[in-house]
Amino acid sequence: MNYSDLLIQGLVEGCIYALIAVGLTLVYGLLRILHIAHAGIFTLGAYVGLLLTNETGSFAAAFVITVVAVGFFGMAFYRLFYEPLLDKPPHVALIASIGLFVAMEEIYRIVFGATSISFLAPPLKDTVEVAGVRLEEGRIAVVVLAVVLIGGLAVLAGRTRIGIAWRATVSDAAMAESFGIDLARVRYINFFVASALAAAAGVMVALLLNQVIPTMGGVPAYKALAIIVLGGLGNVKGTLIAALALGVIESFGTIYLDRVLDRDAIAFAFLIAILMIRPQGLFIRR
Amino acid sequence: MYEISLLTVMSFSVIFALSLNLITGFCGQISLGHAAFYGIGAYSAALFTTDGGSFWLALPLAMAVAGFFGFIVGFASLRVRHDFLAITTMGVGFLFTGFVRQQDFLGGEEGIAGIPDPGIGQIPYMLLCAALAAAVIAFSLYLKRSWMGHAFDAIATDEDTARTLGIDVARYKLTAFVFGTALAGLAGALFAHYVKFVEVESFDFIESISVLAMVIVGGIGSVWGVVVAAAFLSVLPLLLQVFADFKLLIYGVLLFSVMYFAPGGIDSLMRMVWRRISGRRTAA
Repeated sequence: MNYSDLLIQGLVEGCIYALIAVGLTLVYGLLRILHIAHAGIFTLGAYVGLLLTNETGSFAAAFVITVVAVGFFGMAFYRLFYEPLLDKPPHVALIASIGLFVAMEEIYRIVFGATSISFLAPPLKDTVEVAGVRLEEGRIAVVVLAVVLIGGLAVLAGRTRIGIAWRATVSDAAMAESFGIDLARVRYINFFVASALAAAAGVMVALLLNQVIPTMGGVPAYKALAIIVLGGLGNVKGTLIAALALGVIESFGTIYLDRVLDRDAIAFAFLIAILMIRPQGLFIRR
Repeated sequence: MYEISLLTVMSFSVIFALSLNLITGFCGQISLGHAAFYGIGAYSAALFTTDGGSFWLALPLAMAVAGFFGFIVGFASLRVRHDFLAITTMGVGFLFTGFVRQQDFLGGEEGIAGIPDPGIGQIPYMLLCAALAAAVIAFSLYLKRSWMGHAFDAIATDEDTARTLGIDVARYKLTAFVFGTALAGLAGALFAHYVKFVEVESFDFIESISVLAMVIVGGIGSVWGVVVAAAFLSVLPLLLQVFADFKLLIYGVLLFSVMYFAPGGIDSLMRMVWRRISGRRTAA
């Protein structure tokens, strides 16, 4: 393993973290809820994407259907579970969300079985050479997807009416409402986007590992939580930087820190170290 | 024999749940990594007795080691609050499991087997656990009504106001963390000498959530509610196979539905029933 391999691997991981964490930070920014069950939605995306690919034979079609369907699922999820809790103290939604996540993982285990499911014909497995490093097509697809989806999101937030309504709601919900913005609609769209991004990440992780298991949401989800805290809860740009940085740090960390900590603990060691120095996260929200 | 093991499990679970209740319930500091301290207690006691140490010394040792780490983590609660603290404590849990997995002297993935029997027989061990649980219940009840308990309560309700009133917030938070984690260490040591085998999976995030479920279902901050919830939730998987198979699903649904329908948990339900009964009595 040379440095450029490690760096590229880290960036690919970072792109996946970014896709998951941006959704989390969107939810936090708007509703002040730590949406732990986001990980359950990520896993749902992985299952739906894999099963649809095996059923239809087309990965691309399955991907698009999954992302849209899980996006709508996210809207329903918000309506059923979070909306009634919005007026309660913050720990209520947090604990409810943990409960939902644990229950979702169990439902996947009961419905799909505890053993892993794989693609019948794993797509995008050929390798291509980029800048002297041999890469699987799947890994390149992850990077391209992250750039396109998050770039699209930036355009949506910056240039469209709904984006402006969204930003207004984030900075002052009561004020936005008095200017005629439909808060419920903004929240639905927020959950649609967040869940669709998580589903996209889920399908891509399923593709890279060529397997889906009920508990696959756990570790990336907890790391995504660490990432959004590092990025300064609710700050999208900070989250992106933190996601990529963590991907790279982990990929080097597994080489140098392996004797002390396992890979999954590195994120949290990093998180705790940073929080003790800067309790508000690396990047302050504007 | 079966009833003895049920009562033993019940007793150290009650201690473990009350230890979290002290931090999260009394003092309002949410912790999503409490199983780490349970684990620290279990591992330090296990290392000590497998090395020939006395079981009776292992208990205070486990409390001291867990309390020491709790003191350090308590400092985190001085730096960050609410959601940030939830994630930081979750991180502490992952650091613990991540560290243990890579350490040969802690048995790594395999864990530590062959922990010696305390050598007092099953029934006395059960009585010991029950007596310690009773002591922890008494301590919790006493603490809740003491000056310190009121200070904890003030911090839980509104930290900034508490500070304005001249309460030394940092000192009380650290005290809550040290007490709570030391008691978790005690529970861990009792657990380790009951199952005689420790592995890292017993102290992971799911375990932290399970103990949180006991506190939430019991009613955050309520001593008797948490005792009832911990006693029931800890032995149900042993009594009912259905519950054992779907333990996590049930915990998850419980966490959600308590928050959704009855945020006060068993405690508020018991009070409601009591009010009905006493109300009827005065009417009659």
